[in-house]
Amino acid sequence: MNKNNLILYSGILIFGLIAPFLFPAFKVQLSILCVLIVLATTWNIQGGEMGYNSFGNILFYGLGMYLCASVQVGMFFPLAEWTESGGEKTFVHTPAQFFQGMAVGLVVAAIVPTIIAGLIGYSILGLRGHYFAICTLGLGVAAGEISGGIEIIGAGQGFTTPPFPDVGSLEARGEFFYFLSFFTLILTFIAVRSIYSTRFKLILNAIRDNEDKAEAMGIETMKYKIIGWMISAFFCGLAGGIMGGLVGYIDSTDVAFDGREMGVFMVLMAILGGKGTLWGPIIGATIFHIFKEGFWTFFLGWQYVALGVLIVVIVIYFPEGIMGWLREKYPERFGEVVDEKDRKAQVELK
Amino acid sequence: MDFMVFQYPMITVQACLDGILLGILFALIAYGMALQWGVMNIINIAQGDLVILGGYIAYFMYLYGIHPAWGVIVAPVIMYFLGVLIYKLVINKVVDRDLFISILATFGISILFMQLMNFAFGADVVLANSDYGTTMLFNNNVVLPNSKLFSAFISILFAICLVIYMKKSKLGRAIRATAQNARAAKILGVDTEKVYAATFGINAALCGVAGALISITFTIHPYMGLPYTIRSFMIVIVAGLGNLPGVAMSGMGLGVFEEFADYILGTEFRIGSVFLLLVLILVYRRFKLSRKREYLK
Repeated sequence: MNKNNLILYSGILIFGLIAPFLFPAFKVQLSILCVLIVLATTWNIQGGEMGYNSFGNILFYGLGMYLCASVQVGMFFPLAEWTESGGEKTFVHTPAQFFQGMAVGLVVAAIVPTIIAGLIGYSILGLRGHYFAICTLGLGVAAGEISGGIEIIGAGQGFTTPPFPDVGSLEARGEFFYFLSFFTLILTFIAVRSIYSTRFKLILNAIRDNEDKAEAMGIETMKYKIIGWMISAFFCGLAGGIMGGLVGYIDSTDVAFDGREMGVFMVLMAILGGKGTLWGPIIGATIFHIFKEGFWTFFLGWQYVALGVLIVVIVIYFPEGIMGWLREKYPERFGEVVDEKDRKAQVELK
Repeated sequence: MDFMVFQYPMITVQACLDGILLGILFALIAYGMALQWGVMNIINIAQGDLVILGGYIAYFMYLYGIHPAWGVIVAPVIMYFLGVLIYKLVINKVVDRDLFISILATFGISILFMQLMNFAFGADVVLANSDYGTTMLFNNNVVLPNSKLFSAFISILFAICLVIYMKKSKLGRAIRATAQNARAAKILGVDTEKVYAATFGINAALCGVAGALISITFTIHPYMGLPYTIRSFMIVIVAGLGNLPGVAMSGMGLGVFEEFADYILGTEFRIGSVFLLLVLILVYRRFKLSRKREYLK
């Protein structure tokens, strides 16, 4: 790690730690931003590095959301009665119960989707290209529709997550969720960064560039594809669990398995920033979140129209993303040595 | 779970007939999807939203006192020009690109349409009442609305007309040539750009017809588009590109499957079961293909 990187990372870390006190009104927005960055970064593991464009990571996100809330409630109270009564009116979590439940819930929310990703990975990741994209899209929507019919987790009327307990300070809830999501973000970043500096990333890139050749070179592509998907699922589940507590209410199709919104957002953020890069999804998510909040405030009601136009414009005119554009403009900064003679020769060839 | 459907044979007959009549409509939409997939190699996620839009055209005619059955004439005309417009604005920029780009771009169009329809027509479930009455079969045990029979008849009519058009007309030949080899067709003087636009327009027109029929027989709602896209995608991959009888058969099969899922699992799991079936079919196909690959090795 060179000196510039050290300054950059410590700068971001310090900013992240003092941000909720600098902008107390934006705590919830900042927490959502952290979750969005986690989702975009983990989507990038398959979408960008592995070349498997998934619409289905929303499955793990929604699963994590339901699991975390169910565990948090189910550890202390009967789950069916909780969802029946709409939750908070009959049963109240003490602070100790709430935090214990949250901790166990988050562990479950991360582990179970990872296992599920491992189990279905062999069948799903054998699909190629657009079949994979459509199949994962179907998985996400199917999960939403089916969970909307299951009584014990609230069916169509939704699931109220346990309200934050009274610990004496009004700011406590926002700060708790902010730091939770911020530390998840740091964890994700460290994990992804260390993955990207190993041979594993090169294998993923080989799968993206030519899977058959990679297989012919003796790489067990299926194993690595499943591992890549499981890593995504782990962090998606974690992000979902936090988001469920943050929103405070889980609906099967509008909050948890929201393929139309969150499922597309994560793809869009990664593409906007530049897929296949470490910083791309982070930059993309930040810009997207600022832009989205601006739109959601000023064009209330028209936000989805704007979203549709935005998707089309980004995809058609900006498929390489911000990092791709920067890379084209300043190749030296990305460690690519441009040989003047070679470049000229290529221009002449064209 | 409710297995009444197996205990009373009449319910089984009812479900099968409903499913077949519904499946013919699905097959019509799937035909449009197969057409554009084969010719332009894009998968249009907005297919279902075009269907719903066609339905709203018929519904508006109904609101203004015109019989909604005329929608099957008006909707395709409007939808054809809309399809050409979409092609000129968006699709022609993604035709030669990566398939995922086209999926994402049409996903954007789908979200856009969904919301615009939500604004323009409201979020209510509507249907255009055709007053065709019902037919009773088997001692009044099986009820068939005449509108369903009408819609199946019209779908078959349109499909036959389109097949003849594709075989005989100049444009149809150009479309088939482009589907086989776009480059060779271009060299031989086919204006592929025009062919692509026409293909997308014809697909949109087919969606318009299907939508108008759906608004007469079933209900429409701005957010109901995606299931139609998924159904047509599923039918096309089961049947294979360019296999018309296969499209018709798998369309009807899907319709029957859905009716039985509706009876057995309950209506709330109907859409979920369709999407789950898609996943199962794709996984089955993957294992079948991988066996073939191993055999080739």
